[in-house]
Amino acid sequence: MYLVRLWSIRRAGFWNRFYTSLENALVACAPVLRWIGYERLERPFAFLERHIKGLLFDCQMCGQCVLSSTGMSCPMNCPKNIRNGPCGGVRANGHCEVKPEMRCVWVEAWSGAGRIKGGLDKIRVVQAPVDRRLEGRSSWLKVVRERTAEAKS
Amino acid sequence: MKFTDEPAPGNPLPILPGHVSPGRLERVLRAGGFVVTSELAPPDSADAEEVFKRARVFDGYVDAINATDGSGANCHMSSVAVCALLVRIGYAPIMQISCRDKNRIAIQGDILGGAAMGVCNMLALSGDGVQAGDHPQAKPVFDLDSVSLLNIATTMRDLSHFQSGRKLTAAPKVFFGAAENPCVPPLEHRAHRLAKKVAAGAQFIQTQYVYDMDMFKQFLRHVEDLGLLNKVFLLPGVGPFKTAKGAEWMRNNVPGMHVPDALIKRLSGAQDQAAEGRQICIDLMQQMAELPGVHGVHVMAYRQEESVAEMVDRSGVLKGRTPWYPSRDHQAA
Repeated sequence: MYLVRLWSIRRAGFWNRFYTSLENALVACAPVLRWIGYERLERPFAFLERHIKGLLFDCQMCGQCVLSSTGMSCPMNCPKNIRNGPCGGVRANGHCEVKPEMRCVWVEAWSGAGRIKGGLDKIRVVQAPVDRRLEGRSSWLKVVRERTAEAKS
Repeated sequence: MKFTDEPAPGNPLPILPGHVSPGRLERVLRAGGFVVTSELAPPDSADAEEVFKRARVFDGYVDAINATDGSGANCHMSSVAVCALLVRIGYAPIMQISCRDKNRIAIQGDILGGAAMGVCNMLALSGDGVQAGDHPQAKPVFDLDSVSLLNIATTMRDLSHFQSGRKLTAAPKVFFGAAENPCVPPLEHRAHRLAKKVAAGAQFIQTQYVYDMDMFKQFLRHVEDLGLLNKVFLLPGVGPFKTAKGAEWMRNNVPGMHVPDALIKRLSGAQDQAAEGRQICIDLMQQMAELPGVHGVHVMAYRQEESVAEMVDRSGVLKGRTPWYPSRDHQAA
């Protein structure tokens, strides 16, 4: 849903705050999630993410969400899958070189980043290449696991 | 600029302290020379002589030659092969690596292979989309982007391992560069993207065509504000138009081209449009040479490669310096 995606990016500040709270809530639930078993939760979580994030951000389920670092504009919608954009082919009207009818995902990302507190610092961090093994998996569970592991160490 | 330790053609120069590569391009840049690079369109041919012929037109006027990697998503001889051929003669090629056609396994292999054959300079690019070229039915790979490619490449050089962590027995001694387009949206963030490339290890930057000096100066100011002026060697891209019509066509059809109306007007008002196109290119080179923080120019003259030598000569940006070419030192002796 291209139009919903653009709408979500215009409200990047709100969605980022919403997202951060959701993340914190999930981390707080970590003991319960661990008790049920992360692998058992993998499919229902991926199902939820695919539909919720799919509707709001045209999420492509890369499994390693960086939305809060890209102004809530999903970089996997870039036809070149660029995680550190935009490329040099952006049209003068801010549209995509490959799909002329679409706004450049990264032009949107930089403007979305400006609406997020600290967003312009986060978008300047170099993003690592995608780990293709995570495609289709839940990004939320990954965050919970990583953050609880960090807290332990 | 002649180096006293200039080796027999095809052999590497000694790597000086503070340098990363055994190449002439890094030498000239670090010695403060105003550099000229140009671009060789790899042939649709399996004949090495065609590569040599295309390189020869630049003799004495360029410091390094870019070998494009399927530019415009069109199929041609591979950049790694063109570079290996050029190194044999002694030229200093810049091997372009596009993320469009190869995944990280192939790219890392090419970096090692290229370096083993004596390629000292490589340029990391995302690459044009496949829709732009002659094989729009091909699968676009884009496993990496230009920034993550730089990260992996400089890790191979500086930490001597693959992205996987597996050790290299000899690291590639390569001067790594990247591209940037100062003239397309989001203009206010283009310098930030450059900063990401520098953070990922880019040591030189070749830009896409710049025809709008005001826009470029604005970009330079942003680069300066980020504290990057003179932290990275900046080579803005310039090139000649043959006709006003051609310029207009390129503006409308080539991704990332920004051509101001005034320039098209200047071209269409000229009696000899091709000569005026070259003159515009010369003017741009001269203006670039005056700007602090600009270390050279990258002259892209697709299908007009034979005009590069004359334009560089007339611009005077080399200030009498003769870049290396196969018989240069031979004639002097």
